[in-house]
Amino acid sequence: MSELLVDIQDLSVGYTTKYGKLVHVLRNVDLQIGRGETLGLVGESGCGKSTLGQAMMGFLRSGSKILGGRVTYQGHDMFAMPAKELESIRGRSIALIPQNAGQSLTPTLRVGKQIVEALELNAQIKGAEADARAVELLGQVRLPSPEEMATRYPHELSGGQQQRVAVAMALAGNPDMLVLDEPTTGLDVTTQAHILELLRDIVKEMGTAMMYISHDLGVIARVSDRVSVMYAGEKVEDATASQIFKSPSHPYTRGLLESIPRLTLSGIPKSMPGQPPLPATLPGCHFEPRCEFATDICGTTPPKLEAISSAADNNGIMSSHFARCHHWDKLAKADFSEELKDAYQDVRKKDTAKPAITITDVAISYYRPGFLDNLMNTPHPPDTVSNINLTVNRGETVALVGESGSGKSTIVRAVSGLLPAKDGAISFENFDLTTDVDDRPMELRKRIQMIFQNPDASLNPRHSVTEILDQPLKLYFPNMSAAERDKRKEELLDRVRLGHRYLTRYPGQMSGGEKQRVAIARAFAADPEVVLCDEVTSALDVSVQAAVLDLLADLQKEHGTTYIFITHDLAVVRAFADRVAVLYQGRLCEVGTVDEIYAPPFHPYAETLLGAALEPDPDMEPKLLAGDTPESSPPETGCPFQRRCPVRVGEICDTTMPDWVSPKGAIDHNIRCHIPVEELLAMQTEPIAAD
Amino acid sequence: MAAITPEIENVQEEASTQRKTPFMEMVDNLRRSTSGKIGLFIIVFHILLALTSPFIVELMPQDPFTREAGRNAAPSLQHWFGGDEQGRDVFTRTLLGGRTLLLVTIFGTTLAMGWGSFVGIMLGFLGGRADEIIMRLVDAFLAIPWLLFLLLIVGIVGTEPWIQMLTLGFFYGIPAVRVSRAATHDYVTREFVLAARARGEKKITVMFRELLPNVLDVLLVEGAMRWSWMLLAFISLSFLGFGVPPGGERTDWGLMISQSRRIMALQPWATFGPIIFLSSLIIGINLFADALAKALGLDRSQGAPV
Repeated sequence: MSELLVDIQDLSVGYTTKYGKLVHVLRNVDLQIGRGETLGLVGESGCGKSTLGQAMMGFLRSGSKILGGRVTYQGHDMFAMPAKELESIRGRSIALIPQNAGQSLTPTLRVGKQIVEALELNAQIKGAEADARAVELLGQVRLPSPEEMATRYPHELSGGQQQRVAVAMALAGNPDMLVLDEPTTGLDVTTQAHILELLRDIVKEMGTAMMYISHDLGVIARVSDRVSVMYAGEKVEDATASQIFKSPSHPYTRGLLESIPRLTLSGIPKSMPGQPPLPATLPGCHFEPRCEFATDICGTTPPKLEAISSAADNNGIMSSHFARCHHWDKLAKADFSEELKDAYQDVRKKDTAKPAITITDVAISYYRPGFLDNLMNTPHPPDTVSNINLTVNRGETVALVGESGSGKSTIVRAVSGLLPAKDGAISFENFDLTTDVDDRPMELRKRIQMIFQNPDASLNPRHSVTEILDQPLKLYFPNMSAAERDKRKEELLDRVRLGHRYLTRYPGQMSGGEKQRVAIARAFAADPEVVLCDEVTSALDVSVQAAVLDLLADLQKEHGTTYIFITHDLAVVRAFADRVAVLYQGRLCEVGTVDEIYAPPFHPYAETLLGAALEPDPDMEPKLLAGDTPESSPPETGCPFQRRCPVRVGEICDTTMPDWVSPKGAIDHNIRCHIPVEELLAMQTEPIAAD
Repeated sequence: MAAITPEIENVQEEASTQRKTPFMEMVDNLRRSTSGKIGLFIIVFHILLALTSPFIVELMPQDPFTREAGRNAAPSLQHWFGGDEQGRDVFTRTLLGGRTLLLVTIFGTTLAMGWGSFVGIMLGFLGGRADEIIMRLVDAFLAIPWLLFLLLIVGIVGTEPWIQMLTLGFFYGIPAVRVSRAATHDYVTREFVLAARARGEKKITVMFRELLPNVLDVLLVEGAMRWSWMLLAFISLSFLGFGVPPGGERTDWGLMISQSRRIMALQPWATFGPIIFLSSLIIGINLFADALAKALGLDRSQGAPV
């Protein structure tokens, strides 16, 4: 019954560096995918996931070569096939859906035309028939009004819609197999949830097999039948999704699962130390240096991939659980869900009521009327951010949550003085923070620091760590001697747990986590009281993310630092924040302590966000409440969520901004919705029928 | 408490190549490029020759300024490149002919790149009204045929090397404004610039510490290319009689070509020397600029927008 579609046997891939050294990328990988099966491929960055995905399509990055093994697709050896034949398989029988659909669509062609091209090439249909089929495909990927969509250019679509077009194009040849390389990374949670459901449905309807590559365990849990875990170019564990997530038997899989923040467990997860080595460089197990279960044998003898159990799945197909570990028997016995609870340690503890930053009625706008606009009195568009009231207490962490475009960063930029507020007041002690950063006294600049999302971009690639740390020291402590600065730099590196030898490194010579530590050290060089964190963990691997959160929590404990923390990841908020403010289109929807936000009553938008967030648990069903139609500007009047709200009351939502309401017994919980809180509570505590 | 030990190294990474500064990386890449080495050799040869040629000529039996070779004489053992129309020895004159040229263009290029990139980075960083106005001025200047302008200024003010240096330096800085402004735009929105601004660094510090090191690559390559164009410009001036003036105690390749032009069809050797020397210098600069661009990871074919 389960006929093999893809059979990868003992595949090794490598390339030669410019210094003439052979570097392995994949090492002895075996992988089988049956018809209609979805295989999830997980691992940290640099573990060979993408290379494996590409090799499956018979493609290698230039310079790479096959060192051994075979890739067989429907009985054909992909690397022994003439180019012509390979071409006829690619696109038609195997299709790729890339990470960034926006970049893979041609900007100068209407999307309908691009799908027609794919159809002409891969399905041999032409003319009106192809046009009709293109519209049909756009409908199949659930784009609203497909006829109209077909006439649009890629830039007229949102990221989620572009990704849907990419899916439609991939489906053009009616493929047997889809290779998806992080297709939802970078999309909003709600959009991601919608696209994943779409993929699941398509696979079920058309019997397509999928290879889904992602670093996000929540996504993998949602789509996969079977999961392969990659580490340092090797497959270390392979089992059904429920086995992987419920009884992981390789220490690496366990480490990954223990290092992700969860919606259901509060506290910061355990982090995995270190980073993956290059493949084929250690004599024993490649995970040994990072493994807490390692014994002598692990350092000397490479473990084999062993079948540790076999079970039949729902369709009666036998599948085995493979793990590449000397000690799998010890791990397999332990109850993982119990152990998981110990991995999370709570950091919330602060009860300072002394306000640090007070934001009152703030409005911010990017709109700058031109000369003509003034002359003709053009009406101003609604402010990007408006009516924000928020108090951030000393020593606490306030998280700003919302999808992209919700104004989180805009608010933080106003506080930092990069984009001064247009209206309202922001104050920090006696200082007025509505001023531009250039007009602020040095004393004030020193006390408020900022950490950015992407350490690749926030560290100057041309500066060594010494120079990077020298800058704030020279700026804020002009009287410091060079020797004192050197001492201080070493102290800072100690604090972010980096060795002193990092001082001479350049950003290009460090990993993402190390770079983010340097960025944190730079912010703490000023001895700040308030630190603004803009998505500081979202560009990092899961294992590193936990370590960075932990570091921030420790620094907060030592210095009583106040954090304003921006993120789109609700699980991170749950792990790290004391209070949460949920934003939509630059307006506040709900404010409260973490526990209050994560329990009903919810603002309909907060409920939508929480429903769409994915947990690494294959049994969890996301709740898709509101659609993922994007909105680019806030409405003129009324509730900001009016156009997407699944529980709209009526006219009043469009005309009147709801008042703040506080549920009974709440410490600090406020919701802004026309539906009375009691009703919200009743609606949201009812179990929602699965459709 | 989660123990965090980021100290585990990627054991196998070549430790020596890992700690390289970007500059060392560039030198390393340059050394692997054969054409770059050839280019650099030619450039160094020309500069050394320009520095030492008066002494070399002193030691030689021929004198570049006396008419002893015979008018339009063919090459001989005595006069390797023959004689020019006034009977002077072409070989020694060729050896001396690059001195003014190199002096003017090296300083001229430095000046052009200096002011051009300063203004370009400033405009790219600050933007706004001043940027708009100055860029339109730059466009206007770019639209004027530069040779006419050069002739006009040199013709009025004089043919002193320092005047030519300033004039060429000014005119060749204008395209450099465009290039450095465009390169700056790539970096201005990066978060490290934002981080510096949020920290409250002075604008001049942001320009020099954050932006300049990043656009320097583009500027270096651009400078090397400008240099070869400036050489051509100066040679053209000389050819037209406005570079190194005829009849003086200096010689110049452009001038020599111009003087031997009339009899070129009959006795071409008088132009061979200057032509070979000039083209080898320009080819050398081009080879080096290409290798430099590659070593820095820039692709000149995609080029900087001018």
